[in-house]
Amino acid sequence: MTSAIEVSNLTKSFGSLMAVDKLNITVESGEIFGLLGPNGAGKTTTISMLCTIMKPTSGSAKVNGFDIVKESTQVRKSIGIVFQDPSVDDRLTGRENLYMHANLYGVPPNEQKSRIDEVLQLVQLDDRADDLLRTYSGGMRRRLELARGLIHYPRVLFLDEPTIGLDPQTREHIWTYVKQLKKTHDITVVLTTHYMDEADKLCDRIAIMDYGKIIALDTSPRLKDTLAGDVIMVKANNLEALSKLVVEEMKLEKIQHINDTLEITVRNGKSLLPRVMELATQNKIFVESIVLREPNLEDVFLHYTGRKIREEAGGKELHGMAAIQRRKIR
Amino acid sequence: MTELRGFYTLWLREVKRYLRDRTRIVSSFIQPLLWLVIFGIGIGASLRAAPVGLTYQQLIFPGIIGQTLLFTSMFMGISVIWDKEFGFMKEILVAPVSRISIFLGKMVGDSTDALIQGVIVIFLGLLLGIGLDPITFLACLPVMLLITFGLVSIGLTIASFMGSLESFGAIQSFINLPLFFLSGALFQIQSLPDWMQAVSKLNPLTYGVDALRTIILGGAWQAYQLQPLIIDLAAIGFFDIIMIAIGTWAFGKMK
Repeated sequence: MTSAIEVSNLTKSFGSLMAVDKLNITVESGEIFGLLGPNGAGKTTTISMLCTIMKPTSGSAKVNGFDIVKESTQVRKSIGIVFQDPSVDDRLTGRENLYMHANLYGVPPNEQKSRIDEVLQLVQLDDRADDLLRTYSGGMRRRLELARGLIHYPRVLFLDEPTIGLDPQTREHIWTYVKQLKKTHDITVVLTTHYMDEADKLCDRIAIMDYGKIIALDTSPRLKDTLAGDVIMVKANNLEALSKLVVEEMKLEKIQHINDTLEITVRNGKSLLPRVMELATQNKIFVESIVLREPNLEDVFLHYTGRKIREEAGGKELHGMAAIQRRKIR
Repeated sequence: MTELRGFYTLWLREVKRYLRDRTRIVSSFIQPLLWLVIFGIGIGASLRAAPVGLTYQQLIFPGIIGQTLLFTSMFMGISVIWDKEFGFMKEILVAPVSRISIFLGKMVGDSTDALIQGVIVIFLGLLLGIGLDPITFLACLPVMLLITFGLVSIGLTIASFMGSLESFGAIQSFINLPLFFLSGALFQIQSLPDWMQAVSKLNPLTYGVDALRTIILGGAWQAYQLQPLIIDLAAIGFFDIIMIAIGTWAFGKMK
């Protein structure tokens, strides 16, 4: 298998801030690769450099074998991009937006119509194609952008937060389209997200990024495996005694008191949960609740960074306000 | 070929957007109408401001065409700010098309829109009895287009550096009025004091207004023209080339 993207020591700094810090990644051809991390982790900066929008401070990268600095035009021709923020012309119709893109990317005129019909069908917008974009919902615009990114048959498709701000149903749809694409077009997809479930459901491999660095990179199941396994969460009237018993009788070691909960990390939660319950009853400890939680990417993130994924940063908030303002203007 | 199609598609976009904006087209009638009717008749009645053989309204008619071209062209810069604000600029800038094609596509598209505004003023003149024969009308078109190239480029260049509509609006009015007043659109440059004449000669619109007067007023203006038509056109063309170069550079720097 050849690599679609090779990144070596890619760095971008803004003054003293290291947005991307000596990044090294290889994305294989045909995979869906996810960059997961909180806002401000450097995901968008990384993608911007790979799409040749931004020049790296140092280091280099190759996309489809083309150098992102020296051969930026070839890189641009061979990739499709769906930006984090909307980038369509809402005074034109869906179809007009697609024609414009086809012309900008040098799609031969005799192929334009068939390709546009094809992508419109893929994202199920064929019936709305001739309406002005300002009449589209947010999800429909997103789908049109996805379609637009495909007209020139890119070999790598970059999706920057493809489902940000969309309702759950539309998000599921977009995931389906992306998976379908990978199958039908044999395309490599690189996406950024700060949604754990998105990375989990969509990506073949996930790179967890924080403060400009990759802190873990693997498939989703294996990332979860790096955590010792399941977590049994117990609330009881005598946690001290219970934790002592668990250590002595069951020989379990990974035990944490978090607030009024005892968290026991184990390999096989399903068979150990009844034992914990039994142990408590035998020793007259009253169990208020007991829950088994299988690990998710959130835990993985917590494990590697020591904190939960950060919520929307201030800068984004402003963006949301600007977006509301825009809606008011029209 | 890709460059040409990129240019064409951006040109088409600007024209389509303009033609779909009915309010803008309808409202574009108002200002020149006020100038030609109220200002033109009012000043004409109270002052002897026009050379012999011409009414004041006739004198300022080419000037008002020039003014419309100036204001519309400068205003076009706003499209860059909208495109930046709505994110569409990213789609254009990341396309595998050179910056000069992007700039030219947008610029010629906006110039086409400004030209349509200018033609609307000519039709207004027709309604007011300032008639043009078809050949004069056709001769005006390329000259008007040539005038708009440089002016649109100024607007686009400024807008490419501006972050908000407000700051663009402020700078725009700061440029519009001096260029308009010093172009001789409302009076003859020859009757101005020397220093003002000198400043006027640096104003690209001065040559545009003079060229339009030479074409539209014909014989009656012959004796008063600032310089021969060919010199006017050369000056405008020179200004256009410089502004296009600056505009392309500015677009190249835009993020």
